[in-house]
Amino acid sequence: MSQVRMALQTQLSWLYYQYLLVTAVYVLEPWERALFTSVLLSAAAMVGYTSYVFLPVHLRLVLHFFSGVFDGQAESAVTLMS
Amino acid sequence: MVRTSTMVLNGNLTVQMNQTILQNGKQRKNGHVNGEKRTNFPAAKGVSCRQYSPESFEQAPMYVAVLTYLGFGIVTLFGYFRDFLRAVGLEKCHLAQEREEQKEFVPMYQDFENFYTRNLYMRVRDNWNRPICSLPGPAFDLMERVSDDYNWTFRLTGKTIENVINMGSYNYLGFAENNEDFLKTVADKTLQYGVGVCSSRQEVGNLSSHEELERLVADFLGVESAMTFGMGFATNSMNIPALVSKGCLILSDELNHTSLILGARLSGATIRVFKHNNMHSLEKLLREAVCSGQPRTHRPWRKILIMVEGIYSMEGSVARLPEIVALKKKYKAYLYLDEAHSIGAVGPTGRGVTELFRLNPADVDVMMGTFTKSFGASGGYIAGNKELVNYLRSHSHCAVYATAMCPPVVEQIVRAMKCIMGVDGNTVGIQRIRQLAENTRYFRSRLKEMGFIIYGNDSSPVVPILLYMPGKVVAFSRAMLARKIGVVVVGFPATPITEARARFCLSAAHTRAMLDKVLHHLNEVGDDLCLKFSRRKISPRPSLFNETDFELDS
Repeated sequence: MSQVRMALQTQLSWLYYQYLLVTAVYVLEPWERALFTSVLLSAAAMVGYTSYVFLPVHLRLVLHFFSGVFDGQAESAVTLMS
Repeated sequence: MVRTSTMVLNGNLTVQMNQTILQNGKQRKNGHVNGEKRTNFPAAKGVSCRQYSPESFEQAPMYVAVLTYLGFGIVTLFGYFRDFLRAVGLEKCHLAQEREEQKEFVPMYQDFENFYTRNLYMRVRDNWNRPICSLPGPAFDLMERVSDDYNWTFRLTGKTIENVINMGSYNYLGFAENNEDFLKTVADKTLQYGVGVCSSRQEVGNLSSHEELERLVADFLGVESAMTFGMGFATNSMNIPALVSKGCLILSDELNHTSLILGARLSGATIRVFKHNNMHSLEKLLREAVCSGQPRTHRPWRKILIMVEGIYSMEGSVARLPEIVALKKKYKAYLYLDEAHSIGAVGPTGRGVTELFRLNPADVDVMMGTFTKSFGASGGYIAGNKELVNYLRSHSHCAVYATAMCPPVVEQIVRAMKCIMGVDGNTVGIQRIRQLAENTRYFRSRLKEMGFIIYGNDSSPVVPILLYMPGKVVAFSRAMLARKIGVVVVGFPATPITEARARFCLSAAHTRAMLDKVLHHLNEVGDDLCLKFSRRKISPRPSLFNETDFELDS
C-alpha cells in the first residue's frame, strides 16, 4: 500500500515538475510561483464552478430550442400537405 | 608536397587533384571510389552527392512552439510585474541607477532595452560564466558557487566540483593539454623570447617565430601566403574593412558570426543577407547585383564579396562550398571563408572544408580561420594569394596597431600544426583527427537513435540539441551539472526565440567511456524533462546499411 502511495507521489511530483518546466514557472522565485499557481487554480476553480452551475441549464435550453425547431417544421409540413 | 589541379572537362565542375600528403603515403583521387571511377554524377548539381552529407533541421511538433511562446509570455508578464514593483519602490533595485542629482537628465541607463536581461537572464544566470579552475581538457574542475539572492550576486563556497566532463570547450583535437613532453618546445620558446612582445607587427614586434608560423600556416592550407593576428574576433572585424569599402557589396549568410557582421558594418560596404546555406537565394542576389549595380547610380559594384563560414557554430551546419565556388566563378565574385570551427576539425587530414569537399584551396579568395578552436591557442589567420597577404600586412588595422601574438602561443600553434601535419613521421595528429571523426559519428548517431532533435551536418563536431522551452533549458543545464557533465546552453539573443539549444562540442580527447557516460545521462535527463521531440523513426540496426547514400537512378 505504501509502495503504491510512493509511486503515486513520485508520479505526481514528476507531473508538477513538468508543469513548472512547460510554463516556465521553474525560473520564478517561490513567492511568484505561489502567486501564479494560485491565480491559475482559482481561474480553473471558477471555470469548474460556472460549468457546474450553468452547464445543465444551458444544455437543457439548447435541446429544447432545437427540438422546438424540428417540431415546428414537422407541424408546418403537415399543414401544407393536408 | 605536390599539388596539381586540373578541371575535368566533361560538363561537371568536379576538380581533380593529385595530392600526396606528407607522411601518410595515401594518394586520393577525386571521383574514385574503392578503385572504380564513378561517372554518374548528376550534371545539374555539378558536385558529387557523396561528398555532401545531408543536413537535417527537423521541426518540432506545433505544440512545442506554442508552449515555448506560452513560457516566454508568462515570464514577460512577471517581468512587467517585477518592474512595476521596482518602480513603485516595493522592491530593491539591484541594477545600475543614476544618482539623485541626475534624475532629471537624459537617462543614461536605458531601462526597457535590458528588460530581457533584467527579468529572465538574471534569474537563471548561474548556468553561465561558471568559474573553471583547471585546464579545459576533456574533463575539468569547476568552482562551486551559490547565490543567496536569486542570482543577483554569487559567492564561492570554496569547494571544487572535480572531474566534470567538458562538453562545451572548443577543444576539437584535444590540444588543450598540459603534458610536459608535448609542451617542451613551448617552454623553451618562452625562456628564449619571454611572454610579451611589447609592440605591433609593423614596428618592432615581428619575431622570427611569427615568420615561421606564417610559412607553416601557408603550407598547411596549401596556399601561397598567410598572415596571423593575435585575436580571432579582431582578425575578422579589422581585416574586412581593409578588403572592402564603400561601393562594394557584401553578400553574407544569415547566420554569420558577429565578428563578420561587425567587420562588414565597419567597412561601409552595402550588405545583403541571403538565407542560410540557400543557393537559390544567393544566386538571386548575385544576379540582381550584377544586373542592377549600385542602388541609385546603377554603376557596377566595385567588388562583390560572399562571406560564409565553414561550420556554423550554432547550427552545426557546413557551408555548401562547391556550389558557392561555382556561383562565384559564374558571377565573378570573391569568396571569404571563415573556418573558425572547421579548420583542423573536418576533412580527412584536418585541412578544413576545402578538403572535405575536395576543392582547390586557390578557389577560395580569402581563407580566414582561428587558432582558438582546434589548435588550443588563440589568434587568427588570413591566407590566400601573396598579393592579398602583402596588402594586408601594410593596410590591416591589426597589423599596424594591435600587439603581435605572444611567443608561447605562437609556439603552441606551431607544435599543434606540426602534429596535425605529421611532420617527422608522427601519427599523433592523424590519430586525433580520426578519433574526432569517430566520436562525432558515434555521438550523433546515438543521439538520433535516442530521439533528440539534432541540427547540422553529420560530419560536424558541433552538435546542437534543441530544447526549445526556456524552463527546460535551465533545468537541463542544472541537471547535467548535478550529474557532473558541463554543457553550454544557448538561448534567445544568440538563437531564434523558439529554438533554444544545448551545444555539445566533441573532442578527440573524449574517450568512448566518457561519451557513453554522457549519452547515458542525456538519456535519463531527456526522459525526465521530456526532451525527445523527434518524430523520425530511426532503425535500431544501422549496421545493416553499408552505403552512406543510395543511387536511386542507377
